[in-house]
Amino acid sequence: MKYIFDRLRWPDGLRRLWHRMGSPRWFYETTGPWVPWLAAAAALLIGVGTVWGLAYAPPDYLQGDSFRIIYIHVPAAYLAQAGYILMAICGVVLLVWRMKLADMVMATVAPIGAAFTFLALATGSIWGKPTWGTYWIWDARITSVLILLFLYLGIMGLRRAIERPEAAGRACAILAIVGVINIPIIKYSVDWWMTLHQPATFSVTSAPAMPPIMWLPLLLNVLGFNLLFAVSVIQGTRTEVLLRERRTRWVTDLCRQERA
Amino acid sequence: MNFDSFGEFLAMGGHGFYVWWSYLLTAVVVSWILVWPLWRRRRFFEEQRGRLRRADALGQQTEVESNAPET
Repeated sequence: MKYIFDRLRWPDGLRRLWHRMGSPRWFYETTGPWVPWLAAAAALLIGVGTVWGLAYAPPDYLQGDSFRIIYIHVPAAYLAQAGYILMAICGVVLLVWRMKLADMVMATVAPIGAAFTFLALATGSIWGKPTWGTYWIWDARITSVLILLFLYLGIMGLRRAIERPEAAGRACAILAIVGVINIPIIKYSVDWWMTLHQPATFSVTSAPAMPPIMWLPLLLNVLGFNLLFAVSVIQGTRTEVLLRERRTRWVTDLCRQERA
Repeated sequence: MNFDSFGEFLAMGGHGFYVWWSYLLTAVVVSWILVWPLWRRRRFFEEQRGRLRRADALGQQTEVESNAPET
């Protein structure tokens, strides 16, 4: 893969950007100023989306007001999977280009993705009680998301278990890439097996089955949670950069500045 | 506004227990996700500060990999 990539004719600017992006210091210095803006936008979107969803959207004609859990359940479930895909992409970049930054992102995403997966399972479980009459059922969708949680936890455990950071990174990358097989299983589980879980609310090809007053706040919350995820991953990766580069001159200088 | 009173808003048509537990849990997890990286960052600076102070007190050159890539 690297062989093919290196032989393609990339414009010089793109090639330079790619190499610069691999530098942890570049990442640390570039993304720092983004954080407050991303955080403010996330707060605004989630604030509006949540208040709208909780107080202004009409109740569902079958589920009543319990459907309002959708405004946090869907963003959490979406990010649980998007986080995993991001981790697997970083795994490919690490294995092919040996980019240290990719490993730092991978290490940061694992606990954050696990948190969103837990949140998706927990809110789904709470929602299941009034809707299906049970907190838990071994349904295809729920079971495959539980496997996603175990994959996240497995990757976190693997990283702790291997002492040499390079070897740990490679092992996590391989596990992350192999585990991607679970993502289409989650996606299609509602079509392949008899399931209680309702199909997706949004799709690229057709209009949502809800009126805009119900799906607009969901869209706002999905966007807001995306930004929130980005804030957390960026902050986490910046800290990871400092930890792993603590012996370099620029990090020591940074620590001295912080002291003053 | 979909609800006539604040009491009705809290009751969520009898589903208040489920709705509010979900939102509370989300608030907790989201706060943790945002605070955890900052907390790690602060701890890192505290540790490094201690290390640098000890090194300065001993009058030593702080150990820095001078050949570490500057990129």
